[in-house]
Amino acid sequence: MLSRVADSLYWMSRYLERAENTVRQLDVTMSLMLDPGGDSAETRWKRLVASLGKATGLEWNGDLESMAHTLVFDGLNPASVTFSVNGARENARQVREEISSEQWQRLNRLFHHIHSPQAEAQFSANNNDLLASVVDGIHLFKGVSDTTMIHGQGWQFIRLGRYLERAYSTATLLEVYQPSLFAPAETETFGNQYLELVGLLRCCTSFEAYCQVYTADLSPARILEFLLLNRDFPHAIRYSVEGMRHAVESIQRGGGRRAPDELFVVIGRLQAMLSYTTIGEILSGDAAGFLHSIREQCMRIHELIYRYYVQYSIQSALAA
Amino acid sequence: MSAGHTAELDSLFGDYPLDQAFDEMREPGGELRPHYRALAETLAALPPDELQRRKQSADLAFLTQGITFTVYGRDEGTERIFPYDLLPRLITAAEWDRIERGLTQRITALNLFLRDVYSDAKILNDRFIPRELVYSCKHYRRQMRGLQVPRNVYVAVVGSDLLRLNTGEFVVLEDNLRVPSGVSYMLTNRRVMKRTFPQLFQSYGVRPIEHYPQQLLATLRSLAPEGRPEPNIVLLTPGVFNSAYFEHTYLARQMGIDLVEGRDLVAHDNIVYMRTTDGLRRVDVIYRRVDDDFSDPLIFRSDSSLGCAGLFNAYRAGNVTVTNAFGTGLADDKAIYAFVPRMIRYYLDQDPILPNVETYLLSDEKERAHVLANLDKLVVKAVGESGGYGMLIGPHSTAQQREQFALQIQANPRNYIAQPTLDFSRAPCLIGNHLEPRHVDLRPYILFGDKVNIVPGGLTRVALEKGSLVVNSSQGGGSKDTWVLE
Repeated sequence: MLSRVADSLYWMSRYLERAENTVRQLDVTMSLMLDPGGDSAETRWKRLVASLGKATGLEWNGDLESMAHTLVFDGLNPASVTFSVNGARENARQVREEISSEQWQRLNRLFHHIHSPQAEAQFSANNNDLLASVVDGIHLFKGVSDTTMIHGQGWQFIRLGRYLERAYSTATLLEVYQPSLFAPAETETFGNQYLELVGLLRCCTSFEAYCQVYTADLSPARILEFLLLNRDFPHAIRYSVEGMRHAVESIQRGGGRRAPDELFVVIGRLQAMLSYTTIGEILSGDAAGFLHSIREQCMRIHELIYRYYVQYSIQSALAA
Repeated sequence: MSAGHTAELDSLFGDYPLDQAFDEMREPGGELRPHYRALAETLAALPPDELQRRKQSADLAFLTQGITFTVYGRDEGTERIFPYDLLPRLITAAEWDRIERGLTQRITALNLFLRDVYSDAKILNDRFIPRELVYSCKHYRRQMRGLQVPRNVYVAVVGSDLLRLNTGEFVVLEDNLRVPSGVSYMLTNRRVMKRTFPQLFQSYGVRPIEHYPQQLLATLRSLAPEGRPEPNIVLLTPGVFNSAYFEHTYLARQMGIDLVEGRDLVAHDNIVYMRTTDGLRRVDVIYRRVDDDFSDPLIFRSDSSLGCAGLFNAYRAGNVTVTNAFGTGLADDKAIYAFVPRMIRYYLDQDPILPNVETYLLSDEKERAHVLANLDKLVVKAVGESGGYGMLIGPHSTAQQREQFALQIQANPRNYIAQPTLDFSRAPCLIGNHLEPRHVDLRPYILFGDKVNIVPGGLTRVALEKGSLVVNSSQGGGSKDTWVLE
């Protein structure tokens, strides 16, 4: 597969994952604001912005509606949903011949939907409807990706992008939430705290899955354990890292001449770090540092993907 | 035809003017031509809004499939769908037979001409074509002199533009031998058409065109360098900002080959490679959709980064096939065009089956004087342009425009030709809720590998503006599906 094409598929997938993540977090934040008590709207908004990677242009200004509108529709703001959807479509457009017509049509429909005047009207009327329709659009895209695309290298690059983005953004989210999880404000009632925890789980579409494993008995330590270390839940970081490793192995089976040794080392180390530890150890040690280190390792994996598959030097390729 | 049908036909036609131009659907007296009757009756029998509804659903199909072209010069790089007319253009089997034979003859002669000019130049020595006309052409590439081209095929992919005159006869307006485009619209029009009028399509017995990508692939494969039994074939595109990018992706996908950009290619030791996730992979055949000028900065324009440095030398060494070959624009120069009938006689010893449009060479003093005196009746074209640019349509021009063109002609006569303003044929189009005639041309696509292949049909382009003679998509043109009948 052409390096440029792999690059585009990888980014198409990352952008879509990012759009979905942003939509979900915004949706949860806005619905939490409906309940009185607990943290102020300002605190919540700031936490949202922080967990989206400290996006600029989204500073709290008291007008929730306009800020939310910016976060969804401002195509010039790199944190916005529209920016991510644009990015995904632009990358897809550059590899039209590699993806199936169904994939392209799904993505194109999502793009035209979010750019239509009706979308903004729908958002003002009921933001939840619009956000749900965007998530639907992304889910449909993932569905047709799995059912209409050949499960070769291109598909593996799509998975690689998705899991890398997911692991990174979940780690960021947990890093932001982690301090307040274990030190709730004293004024907070039990009901509010419960809503908070449900909110965190819903940010990762994991409330129902959590309940199946632990019942509705929510505790911060279990939530962290679930989102970090569960090996069966697709939004858990450990699952995502295993997904990355599986994708890289499959790409390599395609017959690459140069084994990406260092890439395997870095992914394998991260996987081992998540496999051979307990939540107790993490919490008794430096939990924030642990989360931060996941993010750094994800960035390193990204660099290595580039070095092995996209931006390698011609000398190294000729020698191989 | 029943009386009820006639009333419905009348309302469908509304005010449908007929004059001396050939109407594809109606005889000069107003009668429907026999092969259009079923179409007209089907349309007339539809409920009033049904045509509009089908039109909208066809438009939506184009938009969601992303069958768009880029309109330059706007902030967002706006994409628009290529305007599409719902009514098919019909061509009878007998008409098509003549077109097919005529184009086969023409492409064969053009290939022989290119081979001759880039080797012994016999036709020039025999003074059949003025030497200076060839060597002054800006698309002449002296780098191609004496170079052995695989199978001697210079132009593997051609799109020739045909017009039908008021005699009913098809003539060739121009040959596109560089990077002819539009074939993806031919294919997608057909797909949408089959969905829009399934029964009508079935009842007409239309010859299929869907195998074009496969034939193109077979053509490319037949041109692979010696000793490469499993050639790696790629399509080279200028990239996502090119207005025909949709077509490039479409063809690459339909053929199952990689779509590469210049930055994906590397030439090393006269071998071209592409950068893949598994390392460098050798490239054997390049279907080139990048102009000569931008293909190799070492040989052609040095400021271009769309091509691949070293490509031409690898080509010269015979390690990679590039098609169409470089320098083929020579033969679609509008001044050289005037000599195609002579080429056919010279190389094939045959009379041309499809005539040319009468063409005045402005480098000839007598013809120039005639043209300058009759600018208001003629069409003047720059020889190396395409897409409807650099053109003066005499009857539709102002005195000031004519004066300006006269000056340009005198300054550089070689750069222009003139042709009579053609009253070419019109076909019915859906305008609002009824039919109106609009001017149409026809661009069939010709493939030349081991043999000549022409898929029956082509792209019918429509000048959607009332009275307009310009069919180019960049200038308000649209297209129609073209049905060649069994």
